[in-house]
Amino acid sequence: MSIYKDAKYQDVPYEKKQKLFQEVKEDMRWESVMYGCYECGICVAACPSARFYDFSPRVFAQVMGREDIDTFYELLNDSVWDCSQCFSCTRCPRQNNPGAIITIMREVAVNHGLSSAKKALQAYSRIIYKIMSTGTQVAPDMLQPDFFPDWGPDVKDVSENLDVWRRAVPPETMHTTELAWDVSEKTRLELYMIWKLTGNLEMIENIDEGIFMILEEVMEELLEEHGYDIDDFENVLED
Amino acid sequence: MSVTTTTPPKASMREFIRKGKPPTEDYRELLFELEAKGELEVQRVPEPYVEVETKYGRKKKIPLEQTWHHKSCGQCGHIPGYSTAIFWLNRKLGYEYHDPRDQTSCTAWNYYASSTSNSGAQAAVAVRNFAQAKLDGFFPMIHCGTSYGHYKEVREEILHHSKLRDQVRKIMDRLKMPFVFPEEIVHYSEWVHVVRQEIAEKQVLDFSGITATVHPACHYHKLVVEDAIYDRELYDGQRTAIVTALVEALDAKAADYSTWHDCCGFGFRHILVSRDFSRSFATVRKIERMKEEADPDVTITHDTGCVTTLDKSQFAAQAHGRNVGIPVMSDAQFAALAMGAHPYKVCQLHWHGVDMKPLMEKMGIDHEKAWQEFEEVASRLKDNGTEFMTWEDADA
Repeated sequence: MSIYKDAKYQDVPYEKKQKLFQEVKEDMRWESVMYGCYECGICVAACPSARFYDFSPRVFAQVMGREDIDTFYELLNDSVWDCSQCFSCTRCPRQNNPGAIITIMREVAVNHGLSSAKKALQAYSRIIYKIMSTGTQVAPDMLQPDFFPDWGPDVKDVSENLDVWRRAVPPETMHTTELAWDVSEKTRLELYMIWKLTGNLEMIENIDEGIFMILEEVMEELLEEHGYDIDDFENVLED
Repeated sequence: MSVTTTTPPKASMREFIRKGKPPTEDYRELLFELEAKGELEVQRVPEPYVEVETKYGRKKKIPLEQTWHHKSCGQCGHIPGYSTAIFWLNRKLGYEYHDPRDQTSCTAWNYYASSTSNSGAQAAVAVRNFAQAKLDGFFPMIHCGTSYGHYKEVREEILHHSKLRDQVRKIMDRLKMPFVFPEEIVHYSEWVHVVRQEIAEKQVLDFSGITATVHPACHYHKLVVEDAIYDRELYDGQRTAIVTALVEALDAKAADYSTWHDCCGFGFRHILVSRDFSRSFATVRKIERMKEEADPDVTITHDTGCVTTLDKSQFAAQAHGRNVGIPVMSDAQFAALAMGAHPYKVCQLHWHGVDMKPLMEKMGIDHEKAWQEFEEVASRLKDNGTEFMTWEDADA
């Protein structure tokens, strides 16, 4: 039972919240990201997200330090996705790294397929597909006026002239429209093998089953074409 | 009883003197220890290199050539003049480099946006790229500030967690590639920094009338602070010297402003799907402050996300009558323009949002003629669907 009358997620069993909390603390990085908090607020003063959201890196450090399981669960669902991951909060005089605490918490949220994580990443999942299948995060053909209406008329110019303007860039690796640069097929396959060997595809399945299915189908067809046995790529992190 | 009072010296009168040992361990010593135990192979910085001082006074080696250019997703995808300018500078200064196809993104933009990955995968992606650079016979030169920051994080994790090293070794064995880590993680802006006098010697445009504000990338100097370059001659050694030293070497005025330390507002996930935040932060905390306090002709930065966010956020803010309108470009583009690079064929300024024409006029560039020259090449390419602009075209 939370100490706060207005606490959210009171219907979620404490044991479940505690399990997720323990997973954060068992991450190998935990010992180097949290040392205790003075509550000085330097991290908040440096934080861009704190200026525009109801968000505070100090609260993350405090709650994790106090082992306040109920508030941890609230943060995990309600503000963990507001962080900018700029790491301005590393200015902490105790060498805490609230941004890295949040990275670990997000991983736990994704691993458990929390609905809040699914909602936060809903519009983003096609980017996940792009990076995992091609090895580049963004591509020139993403510059569409519908997707970036707030970036001004130059986006329309780029989109209308894309093929010619990409060929009018001197480096040979950049004559591409669907990838940021020309990544060789062998290299893309090696990247996909890394995702397979580290259990990353299961993480995607937890967040967006549709993207997972397309990714698996496209990449595994490519692996088979190159003579690889898909069943031969067990998760090595589980050993 | 008399009371003695003292007045602390003004900031401008203070002298920064480094005392005692650095507060951090030396990552190179730890890397070499692991190499001696046979756990991994350390790729040495090739000669010739330049040694520079980092945050805590240690020396860092920056290679001049034989560099493997670890490209950036956002630069290549959305700001192609950024990467092109880096390559153009290498070519003009006569340094040998390699632009690989066997490179993947560091995937850290996705990782910081969505956390749909884990330490094992992120370390393996880094080491695969490093191994490929070694196999190709070149030393990694990282274009993206986030790749640079993330690889430093990966280095910290690899150095301190044997379980992670075991995982990476298993993956690299499966890929039939060696477990290699570079002696130094080098950002391209550090290379620009150490060759800035060579750039200045080849400068053909007069920048003495140009005022620039500098935005340092968070993932360069805040995310694992150790490796960033500092110089006691700049900001009294209290802020990273990167970018500002170049601006001064090119005889432009580097103007200060109160939110210098602030992030640009990129946010990783935010810039793609929650841009109201990125736009608000970039314009209210950065661009408007620069305008009010320094009124610069241009803002110079050294990272993918910073150029994108600071540049692209200004259009919507302008529509709301905000005090914006500062051209944004990278240090590499600024340096290339100073050396006479073509503003459209090399620096590809037509991919940027804010109007660059007043800046180009102040720099002495005939932008109308330059655009006509670009259009002539584009028209030729349009007529011949298989042709590309060559480096020779770019300099013609």
